Amino acid sequence: MSKHRIELRAAPHQHSGHSVPTIMRNVVYSMLPICGFSVWQYGLSALALLLTVTATCLATERLLNRNANTLGDWSAAITGILLGLTLPPAFPLWMAIVAGFVAIAIGKAMFGGLGHNPFNPALVGRAFVQAAFPVAITTWVPAFSANRFSEFVPTTFTAPLMMPPDIVGWVKQQGVDAFTGATPLARWKFENVTASAHDLLTGTVTASAGETSALLILLCGAYLAIRKFMDWRIPVAVLGSAALTAWAFQLYNPAHYPDPLFVLLSGGLMIGTIYMATDMATSPVTPVGVWIYGGIIGVMTVIIRYFGGLTEGVMYAILLGNALTPLIDQYTQPRVYGTGKEKS
Amino acid sequence: MSLKKEPDEGITFDTFMEGVWRQNPVFVMVLGMCPTLAVTVSAVNAVSMGVATLFVLVSSCLLVSLIRNLVPKEVRIATYIVIIATFVTLVDYIIQAVSLSLYEALGAFIQLIVVNCIILGRAEAHASKNPPLKAVVNALGMGIGFTIGLLALGATREILGAGKLFGFSLFGEHFQPWVVMVLPPGGFFVLGGWLLLFSFMRSRSEKGAAHE
Repeated sequence: MSKHRIELRAAPHQHSGHSVPTIMRNVVYSMLPICGFSVWQYGLSALALLLTVTATCLATERLLNRNANTLGDWSAAITGILLGLTLPPAFPLWMAIVAGFVAIAIGKAMFGGLGHNPFNPALVGRAFVQAAFPVAITTWVPAFSANRFSEFVPTTFTAPLMMPPDIVGWVKQQGVDAFTGATPLARWKFENVTASAHDLLTGTVTASAGETSALLILLCGAYLAIRKFMDWRIPVAVLGSAALTAWAFQLYNPAHYPDPLFVLLSGGLMIGTIYMATDMATSPVTPVGVWIYGGIIGVMTVIIRYFGGLTEGVMYAILLGNALTPLIDQYTQPRVYGTGKEKS
Repeated sequence: MSLKKEPDEGITFDTFMEGVWRQNPVFVMVLGMCPTLAVTVSAVNAVSMGVATLFVLVSSCLLVSLIRNLVPKEVRIATYIVIIATFVTLVDYIIQAVSLSLYEALGAFIQLIVVNCIILGRAEAHASKNPPLKAVVNALGMGIGFTIGLLALGATREILGAGKLFGFSLFGEHFQPWVVMVLPPGGFFVLGGWLLLFSFMRSRSEKGAAHE
């Protein structure tokens, strides 16, 4: 009826200027150096893997959102690249397609698309193929083999539904000395040999396509944190609690448990922490909640690594953290200004 | 109030098809999920479970229908349970005698047919209000629908999880088994997939009916 003199609106009143596509696009940019390093390190197979997974994710996203074009928010691209980075470089492409489809279809579209998914889609895809193809996902190839840019790893082009060939003979031909076919974490777990921090930082170890160089991942993460595209508290909380837990274990038994630096730099902890735990849709929104969330992930990672049957625990730790997120959010709501201490 | 006089309508084709399609216990009513998820690791297990349930369902519905006017309504559930348990015990011993390996594969789920909500549900909702022949036809449809549902799950899981169907290899020896499919999560994935397909088809046909 009457015209409002004062414009009345509910909070928030300020806009950070970031839209979802802006943030997502910058995350993709920040991952490009890691992808580049991975391709430089593992050659054609890693390139084919990353392209296949990303293309699968984009195609699935397009297929399942026929009414609205959701490719423009870049989130499917992030899922695809991240998923590719967490898979072993020699992973057969048909399995990678399965992983990409599961990630988007079951991990995201099933729940209603971006922002409604309770779990990080890339990790859902990886968890599925980890459970489905336990051998293929732990078949590693040496980094920096001589003709990595001229030939593919034999397993890359396995026929669909077929078992990937044995690559032990192929690896021997590559002229790589003393290749054990195990990740630093597996070597620690089964042989009690820890890799040096220098190797882990620069990425001259065996691992998934994108989790080798901890230093590079940290730098990319720093870019995101400085531009405020991610909550810096999450990586700090995860890494801090993981380091504290590892340090406590080492105090208890230095001969058996590795030093905290090894725990922080090895395996997928870095990439998981920086790119997956910080997923905005699946992490708590309150500052206190974020600390709790990060702390749980860090502790769980170390516990799964030390006592679980698997060598790597980051994936399940983050999925567990994702599952707890709604609960954490509910119990860490800040008091509304001007209201009493009692719960309403 | 539930024990009204039986409806007049006789046996129609829908009496049978209700369980097979429109009210399929697995895909539409989502009943009896415990055996559905647990024993559908292979097609053989699934069909055996389905046939065992079918037998118990038909026999107990016949008996319940025959005595429907004799049982006081205060003790009807207990009566149904005794009837169902009798037939489950029969099936239990028969399977044990016919194939011990199958008996071990199905495990406790044979005995658990007694608490399968499809059977009790049919006894309460249909057999206790209808004449014997109609109750049997309806139970037969339900049992076949349940078997089809189990077979659909079991076949999918066996094809993906072992590359076989009814024990026959489909893809040769280089097939890569999807280990997850024979694990419990695989049961949920496959069931979810089938439910999705059915609700998709249903929404399609409803949309089509609305347009006409």
